[in-house]
Amino acid sequence: MMNLTDNWNELTPDEKFEARFESLKAAEGVEFVNEEIEEKYKATVQRLKDVIELKQPDRVPIAPNIGFYPAEYAGITAEEAMYDYDKLGMAWEEFNQDFDFDFLVSTAMIGPGPVFETLDYQLYRWPGHGTEPDTSYQCVEDEYMKADEYDALIADPSGFWMRNYLPRIFGSLAPWSQLGPFTDLVELPFVGPSMFPVGLPDVQEAFEKYLEAGREALEWIQATGEIDGKTTATQGVPGFLGGVTKAPFDVLSDTLRGTQPLMIDMFRRPEKIHEAMEQIVPIMIETGIRGATANNNPMVFIPLHKGADSFMSREQFQEFYWPTLKQVILGLVEEGCVPFLFVEGAYNKRLDLIADPELPEGRTYWLFDKTDMVEAKKHLSGKAAIGGNVSASLIKTGTPKEVKDYVKDLMENVADDGGFILSTGVVVDDAEPENLKAMIEAAKEYGVY
Amino acid sequence: MSKNLVELLADLNEDEALNLIESKIEDGTNPRDILEDTKEAMQIIGSRFEEGEYFLPELILSGEMINDIMEIIKPHLVDDGEEDEKLGTIVLGTVKGDIHDIGKDIVAFMLDINGFEVHDIGVDAPIQKFIDKIEEVDPDIVALSGFLTTVFDTMKDTIEAIKDAGLRDDVKIMIGGGPIDEQITEYTGADDFGDDAMEAVALAKKWMGE
Repeated sequence: MMNLTDNWNELTPDEKFEARFESLKAAEGVEFVNEEIEEKYKATVQRLKDVIELKQPDRVPIAPNIGFYPAEYAGITAEEAMYDYDKLGMAWEEFNQDFDFDFLVSTAMIGPGPVFETLDYQLYRWPGHGTEPDTSYQCVEDEYMKADEYDALIADPSGFWMRNYLPRIFGSLAPWSQLGPFTDLVELPFVGPSMFPVGLPDVQEAFEKYLEAGREALEWIQATGEIDGKTTATQGVPGFLGGVTKAPFDVLSDTLRGTQPLMIDMFRRPEKIHEAMEQIVPIMIETGIRGATANNNPMVFIPLHKGADSFMSREQFQEFYWPTLKQVILGLVEEGCVPFLFVEGAYNKRLDLIADPELPEGRTYWLFDKTDMVEAKKHLSGKAAIGGNVSASLIKTGTPKEVKDYVKDLMENVADDGGFILSTGVVVDDAEPENLKAMIEAAKEYGVY
Repeated sequence: MSKNLVELLADLNEDEALNLIESKIEDGTNPRDILEDTKEAMQIIGSRFEEGEYFLPELILSGEMINDIMEIIKPHLVDDGEEDEKLGTIVLGTVKGDIHDIGKDIVAFMLDINGFEVHDIGVDAPIQKFIDKIEEVDPDIVALSGFLTTVFDTMKDTIEAIKDAGLRDDVKIMIGGGPIDEQITEYTGADDFGDDAMEAVALAKKWMGE
């Protein structure tokens, strides 16, 4: 947890940015095993800060996007990683030790199986619950919000979430649809009628499950906090993520309406999409900031999905996707956070649009997957840090020499004057270890400035 | 002059097109003619998609429009046993372990409106399901979809199983999905891959000698 100073609200965005990185570097509460490790940690934070500010660091930071691969590497299943935190700890510790990336490969994104099970989570299938024990979790899109529910969402997002959305995505919370909104609780005569649904037997049972899930989540966060804390202290690797948030269009598309229904809404009720996205903007900003502060790390991860080249046209991107995403980016930067935008798929046709002159320079990080890196560099040079994009196919089926050649090429043609982070283009669930090692070696060999 | 049905549909003027269809039905127009117009419009939509004028949202909307049209005209359609000649038969599915469907569905839709007979076996499709379907419909082409990086091996296994079942020489195999590229094509033993639905259609047409 980062302690915000008393005068926090008087600080400028730049001062907040500095304060957040200072706090990350100070690593209060972390007991490093020795001074050398502590120095390594601080140097890595500085390396990241330099890159974000578009300065030349000592060398290119190495921060691949790792998913479930550490489980496979250490010989446990993805299911075990989500249910048995001792095994999770062993596997991720081994992986972090053997590969020695610049940043922590955290256990936090793996998620707690027992919590999902208690809540009877419908939005995802996870290992052993709909997917194979050794396969990552996967989203099950559906119309969790109906076409005629935009007004309800817009009028009261929290109420909509509690009484409409959660009962649909968590089987155990289905009875919550009978609850009234908290805003019913105004004066004395309202209290009784508003409270009685809470007493209904099935609602009571839903709350029991909710409490149980809470206890399980606490257990999980203590376990993962301990695992990650130990790795940071022994290996001097800072975390790479503070908060997580999403583009407002993706909240509607991934989370609420589903990809295809939302695309139809773009023709049938575009004004409702815009109104809903405006409502979601401050919520997404706040979510990201809160995570960054809680985890004492200014980086706010924003995985970008439905705005990619293959999903919509440039015009649709300009109309539906970019304006509210830009608001989220600006809102995060205003609070000293660093939006870490992960462009899944490709943005080859809209690099000029994201090189928006209204975004402050040196305050964002764009991670690319299949986007042309040389073009990305051309457009974002002097504006934003970029990273990428060793492909999953290369990591899984290439040779160490091919990986090294690819990295060398990135170093020469994209990373040449700083502002670059070496990463994988996708989240890695499957790999050949010698290829991942070749990626690190190549960065250390060719990525020194 | 008002636009004709083909234009209305191709331009995605949903309400006007549906109103026109309803009044045509009332006037006693043969529903087969409406179907023909719809098909023609879909081909225009398909080529606008290929040319980059339309994108996924337009394609999805046109799919929705077809559903609405079928709902209106189905009660009036008499089965006259007339079957269109197809360019080729394709078995398509997302491989075992992966439940992603958006890309697969778009490919199926584009192949369908381009004149292929598409047998979609769904997501998370076990190897045996592919084999069974291939044996059942004797396709020209098999299309494997997958989005996760763990599908590389599953695709490879699926293609090997098709080979072991003695069916490999009868079919061309294409693969596609987020992380799929040339390297994975080689790795899995597929014949080729496509980056998007248009490439899938182009490949299928090429293989059918079109």
